[in-house]
Amino acid sequence: MRKALHMPKGWGQQIVFLGPCLIFFLTIVVAPFILGFYYSSTDWNGLDLDKAVWTGSANWRRIFTKDDKFWESLYFTLRFTAVSVLAANILALLLAFVLMTALKTKKLLRTIFFMPNVIGGILLGYIWQFIFTKGFATIGEMTGIHFFELPWLGTPGTGFWGLVIVFVWQTAGYMMVIYIAALAGIPKDLIEAAKIDGARAPQLFKSVYVPLIMPAITICLFLTTSNAFKMFDLNLSLTKGGPGTSTQSLAYNIYAEALINNRYGLGTAKALLFFFAVSLITVTQVWITKRKEVSA
Amino acid sequence: MNSSRYRPSTFILEIAAVLLALVFLSPFYLVLTNSVKGLKEILVDAASFPKAVQWENYSKVWAAIDFPQAFWNSLQITILSVIFIVLFSSMAAYQIVRKPSRFNAFVFMLLISAMIIPFQSLMLQLVRVISMLELRGELYGIVACYLGFGMPLSVFLFHGFIKTVPYELEEAARVDGSNPYGVFFRIVFPLLLPIIVTVIILNTLWIWNDYLLPVLVIGGNKDLTTLPVAVTKFFGQYTKKWDLALAGLVMAITPILLFFLSLQNYIVEGVTAGSIKG
Repeated sequence: MRKALHMPKGWGQQIVFLGPCLIFFLTIVVAPFILGFYYSSTDWNGLDLDKAVWTGSANWRRIFTKDDKFWESLYFTLRFTAVSVLAANILALLLAFVLMTALKTKKLLRTIFFMPNVIGGILLGYIWQFIFTKGFATIGEMTGIHFFELPWLGTPGTGFWGLVIVFVWQTAGYMMVIYIAALAGIPKDLIEAAKIDGARAPQLFKSVYVPLIMPAITICLFLTTSNAFKMFDLNLSLTKGGPGTSTQSLAYNIYAEALINNRYGLGTAKALLFFFAVSLITVTQVWITKRKEVSA
Repeated sequence: MNSSRYRPSTFILEIAAVLLALVFLSPFYLVLTNSVKGLKEILVDAASFPKAVQWENYSKVWAAIDFPQAFWNSLQITILSVIFIVLFSSMAAYQIVRKPSRFNAFVFMLLISAMIIPFQSLMLQLVRVISMLELRGELYGIVACYLGFGMPLSVFLFHGFIKTVPYELEEAARVDGSNPYGVFFRIVFPLLLPIIVTVIILNTLWIWNDYLLPVLVIGGNKDLTTLPVAVTKFFGQYTKKWDLALAGLVMAITPILLFFLSLQNYIVEGVTAGSIKG
């Protein structure tokens, strides 16, 4: 009996255990990824694949020479990523430090700050569309504070900051719990020792806390950078890329090219560039922060 | 900074933190109170408390987006996907850890590298693949997609955990005459519980909230419309009708908020564990 089961020497087990995972992974992720290299050089319109004609470098030429919108959306996405990654992580660190003190409402606060994160970007965008267009207007009337009276989401500037605000609101609590976990892992006597040596708050922060939580900083920067750079749901429901196309993220530009303009071939080419951009940015970021981890 | 005593400065900090928490909560408050107002009242004053509670908003939207159907669709897709993700990814990770070979190492590396690929870089070709397999608009089509996309992170998390499970336990069972499948399902799988919880939570949040994949893969099949898709369609039809739109929003966020509030400790821990190891 035992011998019979072991006869194929592991092959049966290999197929049963690894097979299902591989079938789905290869069909859903790997196959489309490889197909992308082919489709990106065709004029595929999304419908008749048989009629998709190989166009060589036409899509690439078009992207690099004529497609200003694509580059504008790249520039927008880079600005958005830089600002929101910085803001989300600063707020998250601040919250983490506050929640490390002996607050009575600590647990409740953690829940509240984390809460927006469990709701999907689509719904968050709609919630804030209401807040920006109706809620802010009402608060503006009541208080007369200029900030609330701005034409929120109606101008490129307010659209940009609107997206940043919602992204930070959604992400800060999540990063906060990662920072709390890291801060809780710092030995207390280390902090005490530094204090006895006369370290003041800014020094303590720069020379003790930051190096010790560097792994968490790497993770949080990675997560926020990659999420911000790939932002789509929020973009779709909050501003729809507007006004005009002024707040169009890269992901949204690809979506619009394919599903609104029906240029799937061109969309695939952009999607491939998008993949290279995401890889480049996240790998560089992890490489930089990892180096800091080592030296710390 | 890290002090454990309650000082006057801690009290000031507490007040500031509570105020900030109220700011964090205010969007929910505004959406909730305005969802039971008439449209005129919302437009005149969005900050006031509702003068007369107008529940009709809810009953209208309930019917308009066919809430029970959309809810059931989301639930069904999420549960089926998560069950199979847990099963297949834990099995694969077990095989990779316990039967190291060049092939298995390559598979693992492939899975890890795939985590960086953004969804937008795959979606158009994926729809093509799904159509070719005649799975577009089918429940099993979308579940298959979630299985494919869910594998990398889930295998990675199980992989890390299984490495810490002592091998001696399995050897003992094998001596007792269990076959490899018995060893995995009766001995190893129950030991994976902590990481199973993490994998379930991470995948549930993602799949439940997902928007673009259902839009693309379910396509025109209205019988499978998920909650986020139903709400988006509704918003498209009822722009500026905030009374109905807000009631729809409250209905859409309630299930996931209840899920979060009832399991919040597991969720916060699971998400933290998932990202620290990920």
